[in-house]
Amino acid sequence: MSITIAMSLDLKGLSCPLPIVKTAKAMKGLAPGQLLEVFATDPGSVPDFKAWSMATGNPLVESGQDGGVFHFVLKKKEF
Amino acid sequence: MGNDVLILGGGVGGTIVANLVAKEVADKARVTVVDSTGVHVYQPGFLYVAVGRQQPAALRRPESELLRHEVNLVVDQATFVDAANQKVVLRSGRTLRYDELLLATGSRTVMDEVPGAAGAHDFYTMDGATRLFKALQEFKGGTIVIGVAGIPYKCPPAPVEFVFLLDDYLRARHIREQSQIKLLSPLNRAFTIETTSKLVQPILAERGIELTGFFNVETVDPIAKTVTSLEGETIAYDLLVLVPPHRGQKVIEDSNLGDARGWVPVDKNTLRHSNLEHVWAIGDTTNIPISKSGSVAHYEASVAADGIVAEVKGEKAPAHVYDGKVMCFLETGHGQATTIRFDYDHPPVSPSPSRLWHWAKLLFNKTYWHTVPQGRLP
Repeated sequence: MSITIAMSLDLKGLSCPLPIVKTAKAMKGLAPGQLLEVFATDPGSVPDFKAWSMATGNPLVESGQDGGVFHFVLKKKEF
Repeated sequence: MGNDVLILGGGVGGTIVANLVAKEVADKARVTVVDSTGVHVYQPGFLYVAVGRQQPAALRRPESELLRHEVNLVVDQATFVDAANQKVVLRSGRTLRYDELLLATGSRTVMDEVPGAAGAHDFYTMDGATRLFKALQEFKGGTIVIGVAGIPYKCPPAPVEFVFLLDDYLRARHIREQSQIKLLSPLNRAFTIETTSKLVQPILAERGIELTGFFNVETVDPIAKTVTSLEGETIAYDLLVLVPPHRGQKVIEDSNLGDARGWVPVDKNTLRHSNLEHVWAIGDTTNIPISKSGSVAHYEASVAADGIVAEVKGEKAPAHVYDGKVMCFLETGHGQATTIRFDYDHPPVSPSPSRLWHWAKLLFNKTYWHTVPQGRLP
């Protein structure tokens, strides 16, 4: 399955809570259904992104890790 | 090998470095501090000014009284750093050359970056804290909302401390029952550090302070008296207190020494500028992903001072590096406090709040003037 990413954010090196704040800002600019991809190195971002997605209703459609870099894909909620 | 050590900023970091360098190499180098006001301000006291527990005058001392006699103080505003030619231009038109330059200019608050927030209160400047206390004295009940309008900001525990001190203040005035305190947090917890959050959240609940998570303040409507988050939530207030957005000083931005927000990129261990020779930065000034606080500037100062001294003496760089050490007190109200101590590799474990830490904080605030700027506290 291939997915089209509307925007990609490189938040490597930033510490909590900056990744969440920058993601919330970027999400504002997307249209419903569009995907935002985020790369971060703060280990706290794993629970934070999960909780942020639940709290705001923007689904976390992918998350993973590769060599200390965490990768998330969030979908802008439809309404 | 240099003999002109120039320090921009007479705050906690710049003052300690000036004194430590002068103590070591006053015979080999001329140490100069450039400060725009010549007045040293103890910023951690703003929190207490905001709730009427501290007089503004007690937080100010002439910078000249805190510097060793070998240090030159120039009261002027640095307007441009010409790193290629190792010169700094001052507002008066005067130019100072340097062999080693320390950027300790700190941060500034920019509330006007938040649409509608011009009239919001804050406790991040002396004027803001003084105006906030005046508003609190006139407050007769209603909803006080405390939110964060930009990251990073100085003293990460301050909003949590403020709500606890505010709770104490409203109780003392017997208007707590008519009042609601709402703390809006950028994350789904009270504080960035999880262990500290776990400690303070039950106390917030016990005091009836309402916590709203994932509320990153985006705009304020001063007519409707509402604040709206990036996440799309809107909350009404009677009195709004915001942590304003922060950025680096204008001289950093105008001289192109920092990133888009004016934070200076440095090596997080040596505190040398990432791209420029003979330039150092400490405290709020840097882009290091660590708290912006006097405590960080304090611990970084001896590292930068040792590095600068080694340059002046023409010696090898010292082994002494900054390990990310931070130590803060966190007021939890009712005359109690806890502490937050950590470094790059060790997350904090805060002790249970007690009267001991509250008194330790007050003692530190009082003895600051005779210990910290002089570099007497390691």
